[in-house]
Amino acid sequence: MDYERIKEKLSILADAAKYDVSCSSSGSKRKNTTKGLGDSSGIGICHSYTEDGRCVSLLKILLTNHCIFDCAYCVTRKSNDIKRAAFKVQEVVDLTIHFYRRNYIEGLFLSSGIFKDADYTMERLIQVAKKLRLEENFNGYIHLKSIPGASDELMREAGLYADRLSVNIEIPTKSGLKLLAPDKKHEDFIKPMEKVKNEIIQYKQESLFIKSTPKYAPAGQSTQMIVGASGESDRDIMYSANFFYKKYNMKRVYYSGYVPVAEDPRLPALNSKVPLLRENRLYQTDWLLRFYGFDIRELLNEQNLNLDLEVDPKLSWALRNRHLFPVNINRVEKQLLLRIPGVGLKSVNKIVQARKFRKLNWEHLSKIGIAMNRAKYFITCDSREFEVKEPSSEYLKNVILKTSSGKFRKETGTQLSLF
Amino acid sequence: MQQQAVLSYDGTLEGFLTCVFTAYEEKLKVVAINASENTTQQLFTASYEVITHSGKAKRVWLSLKKKTSAAGLRDLKWAFLSEIPQMEMQLYRMIRYILAENVPVDRDFSHPAVLKVAQAAKKVGREKHRMEAFVRFRRTRDEVYFAAIEPDFNVLPLIKSHFKNRYADQKWIIYDLKRNFGIAWDLAAVNYISLDLDPEVGISGAPEAYFHTSEIAFQQLWNQYFTSTNIKSRANSKLHLQQLPKRYWKYLTEKNL
Repeated sequence: MDYERIKEKLSILADAAKYDVSCSSSGSKRKNTTKGLGDSSGIGICHSYTEDGRCVSLLKILLTNHCIFDCAYCVTRKSNDIKRAAFKVQEVVDLTIHFYRRNYIEGLFLSSGIFKDADYTMERLIQVAKKLRLEENFNGYIHLKSIPGASDELMREAGLYADRLSVNIEIPTKSGLKLLAPDKKHEDFIKPMEKVKNEIIQYKQESLFIKSTPKYAPAGQSTQMIVGASGESDRDIMYSANFFYKKYNMKRVYYSGYVPVAEDPRLPALNSKVPLLRENRLYQTDWLLRFYGFDIRELLNEQNLNLDLEVDPKLSWALRNRHLFPVNINRVEKQLLLRIPGVGLKSVNKIVQARKFRKLNWEHLSKIGIAMNRAKYFITCDSREFEVKEPSSEYLKNVILKTSSGKFRKETGTQLSLF
Repeated sequence: MQQQAVLSYDGTLEGFLTCVFTAYEEKLKVVAINASENTTQQLFTASYEVITHSGKAKRVWLSLKKKTSAAGLRDLKWAFLSEIPQMEMQLYRMIRYILAENVPVDRDFSHPAVLKVAQAAKKVGREKHRMEAFVRFRRTRDEVYFAAIEPDFNVLPLIKSHFKNRYADQKWIIYDLKRNFGIAWDLAAVNYISLDLDPEVGISGAPEAYFHTSEIAFQQLWNQYFTSTNIKSRANSKLHLQQLPKRYWKYLTEKNL
């Protein structure tokens, strides 16, 4: 192995892959039953954290950063003047195995620029996964990119070796896509997604009757959207996310604040800041959809095109729906408990458990760990002291902002007018 | 008045459970249970040296099993491994509480001992998970993947099966420098071992006297990856330190090159 050359390639191709935010290595069921290397049946493990605070659980690299496309938002676009490199299939296999054996990683995340055409590229990605599974007896986690436009046969094969497959939709609106990635067609993204979805359903059905049915992408599909590159609204982003969750059974949709990589009049300028706060609010909304029983239309609609940056989306919703509150924490059903600002999933479960034994008062609730500074205005409990005054929502929002702190508070920088 | 009893045992879980058995059998008023090396003589107490008896230990465990949830049993085991001073007494109180009640109470966190035990178990669980994440193997000249750690709690027994399932086709050793014993997989079974380690071996690096000639190259490759995958314009050192506390940096290849 020529370590110096590999090191150079690694620096180029890891650098180009880092804008893909998916890092999860959980949800697969691949056990090490063959006395081989690796096991991905448990929870995912973060083996390290980079200085931007993101976790490192997979070796995340591109096979190559040569690309025939010229998408404006992408660092590896054809017209960008950067160093190009390509790994050989065997090199990726060796790196994965050697890193895995040292307990550096949970597995491989392999993406690629598109060289020649979609099928040619997809074939190379599959070769890596196939070699790892069949020649190295590797049971660690493998996440492969589905290359937009790849044929159905290849997508079918990919799922037999990979734990997760993903196509990044990147630009949530068709108009944005036309503007920023003129060579790409919306259908090209959808086609592999549709194929993988159908295969997953089919394999699941078969495995009900035939025990030896091989696993097909056991950790499902995911996708990613860039936030803040094409002037889209939060509603645009979350409605497409919702569409992908519902229509293609996505396990996850990731939101990636746009990091300026090019001087281009169609895009935010090079020195503009990464929209971290907006990204954070989108993830909060995503969680409300998946775990808290919210419908997207309650959170974002004609009147509310964008999320409130100052407060979290659940609080923002509650402030618009004051007629539903206050609720009695000892009586109200679980679905409504989930909608109280400052009360998370774990607290809801604890409340439901605890109120079987005794009526809960403020002290119980704060021990359970709910965020009292927000919750107290929306609940009653076993106590005579309530925040029953009914100030306007605007006033209430200011009080909450004034009596709490937040890590992004400097950025929103609102002047509090009422005090 | 009944005399107060101080029990000492050999430091094993079996030994501790034998203490519990003895306390019931002899109707002792137990005020302290200590692993032998920590024993100090006290006035007005009777000291008992309890000899580990696996039959007695098993009886205690079996009767606990009937009244305790899986999570409760796990908490008892894990809290025992925390080696927190006087944890034995908390465990003893929790066991007495469980055995005295007719309904399962091992999840009743309003009982002080149950809460203490659960909190200790949580700490141990966190350390276990961190060791599964932060152990870094180095390939030795004789083809064994070696890692040295100094965990806050005695977690080797807990991480054994994780590494056994994962690295079935390579020989490995994880060595606890603090407690001076290790676990070793020889492709057939995991054994407890103790070694005379040359300090030169260290926790990181790859001195040529001990490690494979290619070891340092892979450490450098990993380090390169770690550097390249960072996004500078998203720097967030507060979050970085929160996720990766400094006391764990000594294990990490990417922080020691």
